[in-house]
Amino acid sequence: MVNEPKILGFLCHWCCYAAADAAGVARFQYPPNIRVIRVMCAGRIDPLFILDGFLNGADGIFVGG
Amino acid sequence: MEAGRSPNIEIIANAELQEVSGSAGDFRVKILRRPRYVDVTKCTGCGVCSQYCPVIIPDPHDQNLSGKKAIDILYTQAVPSAYFVDSDYCLFLNKQECKQCTRACQIGAVNFDQKPEVVDYQVGAIILTTGFKEFDPDRISAYHYNDSPNIVTGLEFERISSASGPYMGKIQRPSDLKKPERIAFILCAGSRSSVSGNSYCSSVCCKYAVKDAIVALEHEPDLDITIFFIDMRMHGKGLENFYERAKESGVKFIRSRVSDVKPDSHTEDITVKYIAEDSSLQEETFNLIILPMGLEASHGNFALARATGIDLNQYGFCRTGLFHPLSCTREGIYVAGGFRGPMALPDTVTQASGAAVCAAELLFPARRTLISEKQFPEERSVEEENLRIGVFVCNCGKNINGVVDVPEVKKYAARLTDVVMSADNLYSCSEDAQRLIKETIVREKLNRVVIAACTPRTHEPLFQETTREAGLNKCLVEMVNIRDQCSWVHAHEKAEATKKAKDLVRMAVAKARLIQALDEPVIDVVPKGLIIGGGLAGMTAALSLADQGFESFLIEKTGQLGGNLHNIHYTLEGEDPQDYLKQVVDLVREHKLIQVFTEAEIESVNGFVGNFQTAINTLQGSEKKIVELQHGIIIIATGAVSFRPDEYMYGKNDHVMLQHELEGQLASSRFVPGDKDSVVMIQCVGSRDDKHRYCSSICCSMAVKNALKIKEINPSTNVYILYRDMRTYGFHEDYYVQARKQGVVFIRYDRNYKPEVAEVDGRLQVTVRDLLINKDVVVDARLLALSTAIVPQKDDILERALPVPRSEDGFFLESHVQLKPVDSYLDGIYICGMAQFPKTIDEAIAQAKAAASKAGILLARGYVKAEPVISSCDPDICVGCGICEYFCPYNAIKMKKVGKRKKAEIITAACKGCGVCASYCPTRAISMGRFTDDQIVAQIEAFGETVMVKEQKAW
Repeated sequence: MVNEPKILGFLCHWCCYAAADAAGVARFQYPPNIRVIRVMCAGRIDPLFILDGFLNGADGIFVGG
Repeated sequence: MEAGRSPNIEIIANAELQEVSGSAGDFRVKILRRPRYVDVTKCTGCGVCSQYCPVIIPDPHDQNLSGKKAIDILYTQAVPSAYFVDSDYCLFLNKQECKQCTRACQIGAVNFDQKPEVVDYQVGAIILTTGFKEFDPDRISAYHYNDSPNIVTGLEFERISSASGPYMGKIQRPSDLKKPERIAFILCAGSRSSVSGNSYCSSVCCKYAVKDAIVALEHEPDLDITIFFIDMRMHGKGLENFYERAKESGVKFIRSRVSDVKPDSHTEDITVKYIAEDSSLQEETFNLIILPMGLEASHGNFALARATGIDLNQYGFCRTGLFHPLSCTREGIYVAGGFRGPMALPDTVTQASGAAVCAAELLFPARRTLISEKQFPEERSVEEENLRIGVFVCNCGKNINGVVDVPEVKKYAARLTDVVMSADNLYSCSEDAQRLIKETIVREKLNRVVIAACTPRTHEPLFQETTREAGLNKCLVEMVNIRDQCSWVHAHEKAEATKKAKDLVRMAVAKARLIQALDEPVIDVVPKGLIIGGGLAGMTAALSLADQGFESFLIEKTGQLGGNLHNIHYTLEGEDPQDYLKQVVDLVREHKLIQVFTEAEIESVNGFVGNFQTAINTLQGSEKKIVELQHGIIIIATGAVSFRPDEYMYGKNDHVMLQHELEGQLASSRFVPGDKDSVVMIQCVGSRDDKHRYCSSICCSMAVKNALKIKEINPSTNVYILYRDMRTYGFHEDYYVQARKQGVVFIRYDRNYKPEVAEVDGRLQVTVRDLLINKDVVVDARLLALSTAIVPQKDDILERALPVPRSEDGFFLESHVQLKPVDSYLDGIYICGMAQFPKTIDEAIAQAKAAASKAGILLARGYVKAEPVISSCDPDICVGCGICEYFCPYNAIKMKKVGKRKKAEIITAACKGCGVCASYCPTRAISMGRFTDDQIVAQIEAFGETVMVKEQKAW
């Protein structure tokens, strides 16, 4: 499991979430380790969410905004 | 999709307009509906018919590079999304056998009994948007298009490089499906040529060739790409930058005339022979040749013109006037897009909005008489109910199902806490699946719905509508993206993708357990407009609003209306701009719904979409006064001016002037060109250089116009135009050719060898390096006209009062370059005219109409509905610190005194739901609709909880 980190992602609806969709439309392939939570803006992300993520077993947190 | 869903739009596909009788406001039209042999109301778009169809035919959407079936859908997003029988190829229709599709279709949607029928409609106005046709490359034998599969058209190459195209986005050449090493684009294929019959410039080919080259390099960075061109016509906003970027990425641009394209039957390579700029004959070999074909009038235009009683121009496109660019020659019939002539996407979209408003003005007296609004059942209150979550997993045909184990995800979902049922659909968005979801919600008494399918960005509105139709609040549905962000991007890791889909469903269910019904706040709109700038665009917008029945305030900084149009005395098309200006000013002045303020400046703008308050400082009688205005929308039409350079002796010698100053002198006969006089014009002054990187689009046509005027006054006067690329796009190309024929001398200069201007013995002397002969040419000029950049109006006060985003060049930014070309970044604020970018008279009028169209939608509706994602503040918890007000990027929070303490108040219409306030609030008084702290934390916890199933909950 060392090589399969669990990543939690927070993506902004308007930019990074849209980009992730576009990656799908273009059929770009990337590793399936991320689980995404959509937010309306990266500014929505309370620092506590990040700590919460680590407490809940995330090996890394991706914030896209 | 949106058009397909609107209850006020009836789409009649596979149809032909046969006859128009009656007059503007009351037309009767006959429409021939051809059979599609599929009942649109029954077809779900599942595609089983197509799987069973034995006939494979060329796929026109893929430019015939791949195949499809005789019963098929044109492309996946087609509206209506029903299948279609190609009657040319269908075995049953041609040989009376087969009917496999009829048997395959479970719901009996295939119907070969359909017959052509003529249907009568009564309409008030007609808008023609029949588009253009790509030039047929067979018509020019030198291209040898039919002799090699490796000579492709621009559209074919678009499909080759498209991810959904025949090669899945891999750049391959058709002959051997190998990656080409060297590719070349040959421009002006079927344009700017008397051989093809199309002497005009197709306007878009240079741009899309550069785009395709950049896209190709993004796919394959080591491609060697050459573009053969005559003039690179990268006019238009942001496009010159794009051209520079292509050069920096290594695309080679060769200014040339291609004389022959020769395929080699062994290697399948192609040799291009061309005449280089120094007149030498050269040749180079490539693996793939792309011909970005010109655009021409569709064959059907003549029949359409006959049926509608409108005129076409000499090229078979719709005839329009310079001052009425969207009106056909028959009243009440309007036009937009490719049927008007070749143009790029933003112009098409702009004209479509503009044509819609022409119809809205005509039909204003009948507004709201025939609309139907979708009715929804009363919402069921779910507050008191126990949670009953239903999960629907979409197969999306093979799109999800081919990677993610859908039955497994469905089974897993059923085991999650509070989930009472789960199901899967072939296509959750299809009409039958929608019906099924609705029935299930009612039957199972669901009060939360989770849809695991594609992206909420495109499909959430659809599923929200479904839940509303089932009597649930639209906020009680939550989507999980298991296609765009799962099956599509993990195509080769089926087990991992299934695991990911299960995790995402679990997280969504955790959130769904906490979602609540929310109201959509509705805010009234003040039905008045404010238009800033009294030039042609501003006046046109004001008149359009007035003709739609809305009051407006027109603010002009100077003492008179008209702006730059005062400087235009004649046009290439021969129409009289001063006469038109007078008419428009009179109309504006006399219209009782337009209030004009001259010598007016904006002091401050407050408020938000639907409710703006603007203070202006204006001349009232003999003194300046502050006037307060209330309005619902703003149209910015502040215009642009000619750049005044500090080179070429401008300002130092009276015989050096700007192009529009020359026009003024010619019109007033202050300058009369003499027999032996020479007039020199220099293009791109302060343009396409370090001062202003963009091309100002209109200066080449302006120079040609003035050159032709001089030749008209005195054919013996010598006129020299020193240019970098002649960008007389569209039908203006004809005037460029005419100028050449009349003896105007065009000399190209390079950016690195700019012309030099000196005063010798009291006379102007212009020296330029002629690149054709590689020698200096010296001209004694009586007059030198400079075509300088067009630069936006600078207004610091306005910029402070109204912080609407601008580009780095200072032009107002549209919120989406292609699809929202007149919307600014701020809701309720629209842009038009040269404030957006330099443009011709007809372009400015069309854009002003479009801005008035967009504004009119809001004003006519009378209210703004805020999406329920916005923030709300609990005054009992708020301590009034004001940190939210400070950080809100949209000025949507104001601190208001309530009793003794300040409390945060959210301005609903201005809030965008970003949630910055909520993440900063120290007391957690602010809550975001649909994205609450609790919901996000529940998702995070569900992320970690690998087992959130019912069995475990009992522990």
